[in-house]
Amino acid sequence: MAATAGAACRAVVARDLLIAARRRSDVLTTFFFFVIVVSLFPLGVGPEPGTLREIAPGVVWVAALLAAMLSLARMFGADYADGTLEQLVLTPQPLTLLVLSKVLAHWLTTGLPLVLVAPVLGLQFDLPGDALATLLVSLLIGTPALSLIGAVGAALTLGVRGGGALTSLLVLPLYVPVLVFGAGAVTASATGMGVAGHLSLLGAMSLTALVLAPWAISVALRIALE
Amino acid sequence: MCDSPSLLQGLGYNGAPASSRNPMLQARQIECTRGSRRLFHDLSFRLEAKQALRVGGENGSGKTSLLRMVAGLSPVEAGGIFWNDGRIAALGEDYRRGLVFIGHANGLKDDLTPIENLRCALALAGMDIGNAALRKGLDEQGLGVVADLPARLLSQGQKRRVALSRLAFCADKPLWVLDEPFAALDAASVERIGAVVAGHLRGGGMVIFTTHQEVGLAGVNVRSLELGVR
Repeated sequence: MAATAGAACRAVVARDLLIAARRRSDVLTTFFFFVIVVSLFPLGVGPEPGTLREIAPGVVWVAALLAAMLSLARMFGADYADGTLEQLVLTPQPLTLLVLSKVLAHWLTTGLPLVLVAPVLGLQFDLPGDALATLLVSLLIGTPALSLIGAVGAALTLGVRGGGALTSLLVLPLYVPVLVFGAGAVTASATGMGVAGHLSLLGAMSLTALVLAPWAISVALRIALE
Repeated sequence: MCDSPSLLQGLGYNGAPASSRNPMLQARQIECTRGSRRLFHDLSFRLEAKQALRVGGENGSGKTSLLRMVAGLSPVEAGGIFWNDGRIAALGEDYRRGLVFIGHANGLKDDLTPIENLRCALALAGMDIGNAALRKGLDEQGLGVVADLPARLLSQGQKRRVALSRLAFCADKPLWVLDEPFAALDAASVERIGAVVAGHLRGGGMVIFTTHQEVGLAGVNVRSLELGVR
């Protein structure tokens, strides 16, 4: 049975990645939103290196949060409308694994590009090399939590009119710890302090989300489909 | 509510347990309310191998609600639905392993071709089917020419037929639940799908479906259940 569950999960990831490849505009919108929002700050705040270095961690992380929000409506919305979500719930595989696969595909198409481009954007803020590396690592550890927590919000507001704004209200407060420790790690690194504590807490949040979110998402999806 | 007393045999049923080789679906005194309206209540039926149940009734009489309950998508408000004497909610994956549900929505991704859609749907159901077999299946349904087009370019009827062509690969899943399978189909397609359904029934399967059309399912045992009478 494990083999077919694995095959089903692979099928879900492959399908979502294929759809993302066919609808590149969706993926690129999130990516360029992140790039543009982060790039606006040096232009608006002015070219004072000290100020830029100071605000960089917060700016990049807040932009990552908002970019993640922007892509949440897509996660289950289309599947709900075209009936594929119904079929997903009715498959003889554990729904938690299938939704985890969907979140993985979402992270690969929205989270990972942000992680990879963030160090380049960090250069605009005159961040030192160590801090750029920490920025990359903190986003790598933290963005899975954004996808997982966001998926819970997206599933809870599925089929609700004006669900997008409601998702933001539900999810953004839950993103706060990730923001605090993600940005905190980069600040610590830029000021020469240890980052292990921040990154460990960030990792703990992602792991907790990894355990609890699939279950919450599954329950929310089943309720949405009633 | 139900005017077919012959179907009300599930009441107090305590017959011999059905083996897995002889599957049986039973609804016992289920009811359904939407808001303050009671769509049906005290509804019982029993379905065994080689039997089909055609659920009829006017729009809004609860046909789709009943089918979604049978599929396990909606909770049963009163009574219970049993598969081989186990509640379907408790059986979970074991029940879904033998179930095919095709609802109002086709479950097709607009950006994927019919072949990709089918392959993914079948992989989710635990089947690994190669492209050649999928293409053959689509050809048999007269969909060979659109097999490699994105589904968004297909007409309503063609999309429906792609969704239904999944059935041909699901012969080993005993219970098919089909909501308006023949809507938007042309006469030739109705016949082709009808033949697949009849073949499934002859092979020992069961089918629950709703339709407003007259469909000739020759030589198979089709009973009907009218909802919302009175």
